[in-house]
Amino acid sequence: MIELLTTKYTYLVVVALLGIGAYVMIESDNFVKKIIGMNVFQTGIFVFFISSAFHTAGRSPVVQSGGGGGPFVSPLPQVLILTAIVVGVSLTAVALGLVVRIYERYGTINERTLEEVRADE
Amino acid sequence: MSDTLLPLLVALPLLGAVLAVAAGLASERAAAAVTTLVLAAQTGLAGWLGSQAVLDGPLSVGVGGFVAPYGIELVVDGLSAAVLVLVAVVSLAVLAFATEDAPGGTAFYAQYLLLVTGLSGMAVTGDVFNLYVFLEITGLATYALVASAGTGRSAVSALKYLLFGTVAASLYLLGVGYALMATGTLNMADLATELAAAGYDSPLVLASFGFIVVGLATKTALFPLHTWQPDAYADAPDSVSALIAALVSTVAAYALLRLIYTVYTPAFFEAVPVARDALVAFAAVSIVVGSVLAVTQSEIKRMLAYSSVSQYGLVVVGLAIGTPAAVFGAVVHLLGHAIMKGGLFVAAGAVADLTGARTVDEYAGLADRFPVLGGASAVLMLAMVGVPPAVGFAGKWYIALGAVRAGSWPVAVVIFASTLLTLAYFALLVERMFVAPASESVLAATDGGRDGDDDTDALGPSPPSASRPSRRALALVVGAAVVAIVLGVVVTDLGTALEPTIDTLLSP
Repeated sequence: MIELLTTKYTYLVVVALLGIGAYVMIESDNFVKKIIGMNVFQTGIFVFFISSAFHTAGRSPVVQSGGGGGPFVSPLPQVLILTAIVVGVSLTAVALGLVVRIYERYGTINERTLEEVRADE
Repeated sequence: MSDTLLPLLVALPLLGAVLAVAAGLASERAAAAVTTLVLAAQTGLAGWLGSQAVLDGPLSVGVGGFVAPYGIELVVDGLSAAVLVLVAVVSLAVLAFATEDAPGGTAFYAQYLLLVTGLSGMAVTGDVFNLYVFLEITGLATYALVASAGTGRSAVSALKYLLFGTVAASLYLLGVGYALMATGTLNMADLATELAAAGYDSPLVLASFGFIVVGLATKTALFPLHTWQPDAYADAPDSVSALIAALVSTVAAYALLRLIYTVYTPAFFEAVPVARDALVAFAAVSIVVGSVLAVTQSEIKRMLAYSSVSQYGLVVVGLAIGTPAAVFGAVVHLLGHAIMKGGLFVAAGAVADLTGARTVDEYAGLADRFPVLGGASAVLMLAMVGVPPAVGFAGKWYIALGAVRAGSWPVAVVIFASTLLTLAYFALLVERMFVAPASESVLAATDGGRDGDDDTDALGPSPPSASRPSRRALALVVGAAVVAIVLGVVVTDLGTALEPTIDTLLSP
């Protein structure tokens, strides 16, 4: 158990981030906080991929001419996550744009207040 | 030679989106013209490459000269060809309606083409991570299109859709991560052999399957993961509802089929029967609950949206049962549902433009006033219920046949029950349209502009502007009805064309 904690603690971070992100998305009434929760959730997945690339005593995967020099950490998950981060940024931008629109129309970014406003429509 | 043209299926609409923005600087009509040209070219390309794939076997190409399994591979087989052609044809057809219905703006056309990019990409890719990227491109374009109605409601629905869609795609990505950890590869064909080598009962493989199925089922909108979908369909502009109802969930369901049969292969279901049983049960619940929820709706677009929840349940049941007949039925129903539901949403949009009618009660007497529109809609509704010879019947028939042959009697009962429920809500609507006395909004629309004294409050947000349905909308609805029947009649030919593909998919 102790060994698991000392060697695989990044996976505990993953679980914590996924849990916190999901909780904030569900529990918060504030749309901006929901979006922050979504970002935290995605970050959990990023950390998961990066952790999977780790190799004890692994070096950065730059192969010298002539080859050799391993072991290296796996470069593939890092490239994937670079892409996923870009996707995440675009999603956040669109989401915040929608929140701005909601605020302009209803004057609130709170889910409960919004329901009250819409009930009067 | 035609292999090397595969990347164009993605590049063409992507480039077109940029061109549309550039042309939009001159005028909005120019942007619309560019979009139409690009989609026409895309339709031609998809049709040509698709026929090559069906006649000469699958096409594939490694993008950028990186050889699979290290690089990203694009693959077109019979199944992806069918989906590609569907995406191109439906988006071109709906564009004709969108140019006259939608709020427009240059951004609308760019988003429209980006959506086609994402959907085509999902259909051609042979790489699970690449599929994630296209899933998100599709998602981003869809959220923006839903919000393009410009109303507060549409923004709220789009945000809800975005939160659900992002979590769904993230879960899919997590599943891809588990598969990558188990095998070290992302290429679909390579994953199939590597996953088998890793052992189907390995916790990593099981976890990846679970996350991927839940992620894609949310995108497909199966109960209870459907809650984003009715709001998004109901609050989007009418043309966008037609487009996304016809294509977005359809391509997500295609991705689910592709992942299950190309990546996990039927051998996975043999090794882990509980995975198949769980998927069948999940989808069967979706069929029943979706239909029941549809019966309780009074707003037309919401009713159609809940009906989709049920129909996709049917598709997933078919692909989970996994006999050749059931999988073929799932594919036929997937394509047929896209045509029928797209046509019905266009009809709902045309009726709303004409009369402002958006609820079942307001549809009363519609067919008397607009016989062609009403008649074609009724044909589509009956096709959806599964009246032969329409495609709705063919799809359900093959799925039920597959279920019976596999010995899944409860599933056959569920399919029968759902047909009765589908009949319940569509028959009610048909009865309203053809038998009930005309509603106030229908009367007002046919008064020729001489307003009565009681029609100002009852009307929806879009007041009646014309006394006849637009030619384009009418052509689309009638066209969809004709295609729904023709597809049903030629379904055996479709079966012959798709047989090699489905045999390859189902071979262990």
